[in-house]
Amino acid sequence: MATSTQPNSATETNTIMSTEQQAKPTIKTQLQQDGVAEQLADLEIKLKVNNLRLSYGESEALKGINLDIPKNRVTAFIGPSGCGKSTLLRCFNRMNDLVDNCTITGEIVLDGQNIYQPKVDVAELRRQVGMVFQKPNPFPKSIYENVAYGLRLQGVNDRRTLDEVVETSLRGAALWDEVKDRLHDNAFGLSGGQQQRLVIARAIAIEPEVLLLDEPASALDPISTLKIEELINELKEQYTIVIVTHNMQQAARVSDFTAFLYMGQLIEHADTNALFTTPMKKQTEDYITGRYG
Amino acid sequence: MKNWFKSGAPWIWLTGGAVTLSVVMVAGLLGLIAVRGFSHFWPSDVAKIEITDPVSQERSVLLGEIVRSEGITAVTAREAGNTVPEGQEIVTRYLIKQGNRDQLGTDFVWRFEFGMSDFEYPAGVYVIERREWGNFYGFPKAIQIDGQTTTELTSGSSEQFHQQVQAAVAEAVATHHSIRKIERGDIGALNTQLERLRLQERQLDLDGVAGSERATIQADIDSQRAAIEADYLVLRNELDALYADMRRNTLVMEMVDGREASIRFADVVSIIMPNDMSALQKWGEYFHRVWGFLTDEPREANTEGGIFPAIFGTITMVFVMSIMVTPFGVLAAIYLREYAKQGTVTKIVRISVYNLAGVPSIVYGVFGLGFFIYFLGGNIDRIFYEAALPSPTFGTPGLFWASLTLALLTLPVVIVSTEEGLARIPSTIRQGSLALGATKSETLWRVVVPLATPGMMTGLILAIARAAGEVAPLMLVGVVKLAPTLPIDGEFPFIHLERKIMHLGFHIFDVGFQSPNVEAARPLVYATALTLVALIVILNLTAIAIRNHLREKYRSDSD
Repeated sequence: MATSTQPNSATETNTIMSTEQQAKPTIKTQLQQDGVAEQLADLEIKLKVNNLRLSYGESEALKGINLDIPKNRVTAFIGPSGCGKSTLLRCFNRMNDLVDNCTITGEIVLDGQNIYQPKVDVAELRRQVGMVFQKPNPFPKSIYENVAYGLRLQGVNDRRTLDEVVETSLRGAALWDEVKDRLHDNAFGLSGGQQQRLVIARAIAIEPEVLLLDEPASALDPISTLKIEELINELKEQYTIVIVTHNMQQAARVSDFTAFLYMGQLIEHADTNALFTTPMKKQTEDYITGRYG
Repeated sequence: MKNWFKSGAPWIWLTGGAVTLSVVMVAGLLGLIAVRGFSHFWPSDVAKIEITDPVSQERSVLLGEIVRSEGITAVTAREAGNTVPEGQEIVTRYLIKQGNRDQLGTDFVWRFEFGMSDFEYPAGVYVIERREWGNFYGFPKAIQIDGQTTTELTSGSSEQFHQQVQAAVAEAVATHHSIRKIERGDIGALNTQLERLRLQERQLDLDGVAGSERATIQADIDSQRAAIEADYLVLRNELDALYADMRRNTLVMEMVDGREASIRFADVVSIIMPNDMSALQKWGEYFHRVWGFLTDEPREANTEGGIFPAIFGTITMVFVMSIMVTPFGVLAAIYLREYAKQGTVTKIVRISVYNLAGVPSIVYGVFGLGFFIYFLGGNIDRIFYEAALPSPTFGTPGLFWASLTLALLTLPVVIVSTEEGLARIPSTIRQGSLALGATKSETLWRVVVPLATPGMMTGLILAIARAAGEVAPLMLVGVVKLAPTLPIDGEFPFIHLERKIMHLGFHIFDVGFQSPNVEAARPLVYATALTLVALIVILNLTAIAIRNHLREKYRSDSD
């Protein structure tokens, strides 16, 4: 295993270096070059959080959040541990429903519809709002079947369609070249970084509109982290991405907008450059300069 | 000393000692069973022993296999009414298998060493394994047909004589097989058909069919019956001819005391000459006997012959039990772990299930008899087998009820193991599936249950190990000393769940403690125990191999 990954990671580093030198003109870089900060108000809003309160039993984890998430942009949630950023993220695809004694008030509007309405089909919602977890969690199946899982759930069993989607998704997750010769091997044979990209491929195979990333790189080594960040940059052209991260450099690198949460409250939400260079609130400044957290 | 205690070394010795002791005990047990079980089949030499009575100076001669010897104190021997020469503290005595039970009364005798001449192993001794009365030991004299001597053993023609004897044995065994085939197979099938007709008739009575409709059906039944009876007569004549043919050939033998006895070839299973056999031939005979033990049916109240029906019955029962307990236990565990609200009630249910594993097995046997057999079976008979009453079909102990009782007995093990298997699955995997738009049941059946299969297999392994060795409840719910038929055969519907079965565990008990011939049965107990242990080990190894395969397939990072 070790011998086979060694040359691989060397080439990985090379590709990253070369792409960085090329400096693809993404939306963000474009804006930075222009020196113009994007205004939230100018953008189409994909998700709208209205006075969201969430409590686990007696303790309130989210204390009235109001937040807009723009379409086809990367929004990062930062904040110290326990500030509620992961909890907020899990509200977007109603993963908190699985937790006992969890009560939610307020609303989250996705494309004009409140997802907490009783008649909403949760499975359908989760097909629109995909999620990638902190630790890679591939299924105990082959690489192919992992990616095809979501489609099979929808009743798609046609071999050709599946082949096509699996290839597109794996390419989309920048994993195709590494696994194309062993699609039918167990997914657990992949490295941690590959597993995380596989999980992303699995999520985009069912073509969601929103992609939630819950600290997707925190369990990975620096090179895999770079690859994931690279990938996020590419994916935002098609998806609305929300990412939770502990790593402020990462937030600064990948996101267009950043929300700072503290003690279950949204302290500041702004264009990433603005937030990191000229924070409006003292708490934000304290946090990003490392005074606490 | 104090430092030695502080160093922790005593703990290493204590714990290591416990392991050593366990290993020694298990190895000792298995070793004892293996040695005694395997040695039973060895064709040992036949000794000729001359014994002079210490009091009367009378001489007697014995011919037989030395089974074992032991030393007893002279005092004990005298108290038992034997004359023991003065000056001896310990006397050795030998257990000799002299066979010839029909002639001599007992086939195992104890004899003291004093007064014995040296053992001789005369050439030309026949050991005849018979279908009745145990072994016969003696010297052949002649072959007779219808009382007329056809071949006599002379010193010149001995090789030829032995060959003729073996040919006659082979013929007799073949005839025996064809007789059995006719009796069990053909006549058995006719009997089944007759019984079916009888039931049909009875059903007509019960349904109150009368008049012309009845007359037509009745005529049909009668004609069928007549045809069957005609077939039966043909077979009967064939059988009579075979029997008559078989009874004609006899072998005249001379016992060691000079008396003659004639043995019908029809009664002979095999004849060997151990004193004239080379080591290679003996090994051949050894494996032949082991094979016979595993594949033959028992004879003479289970003290002779093989144990095939018991092996077959045990395996069938374990399989039927597995088929019943696995889905049942797995579904129960899934509900308890995945769907039930984890509250007080679930906790109580779970504790109760765990405690069921500790209920003595005989209690399950009584429950099986009372509820399954008398209540369920009785009702099944009343509803579906009315015509066969009053003789019960399912309202009597049988394979199905035995398996069901054992399934109930092993259910807790399967539930507990499956629950543990389910609990070990990381929640991130479930969430991963749910996040892709899977419903709870889709997640369960596509991801969670496949991942939990190794846990289920562990449960099944424990269940099999427990069920295969269980005896007490089986005595009540379906296992018998001698089952005339196997539970699976060529008769429709091929698997007869209502039949009674034989079982290795019960066979051990029966042969060891219910047998009229203790000495003959003793080695069989070891051999049967060895077979049972081997069978359980094989079943377990198979299950473990499957489990390891599944584990490898569903290996996850957390393992």
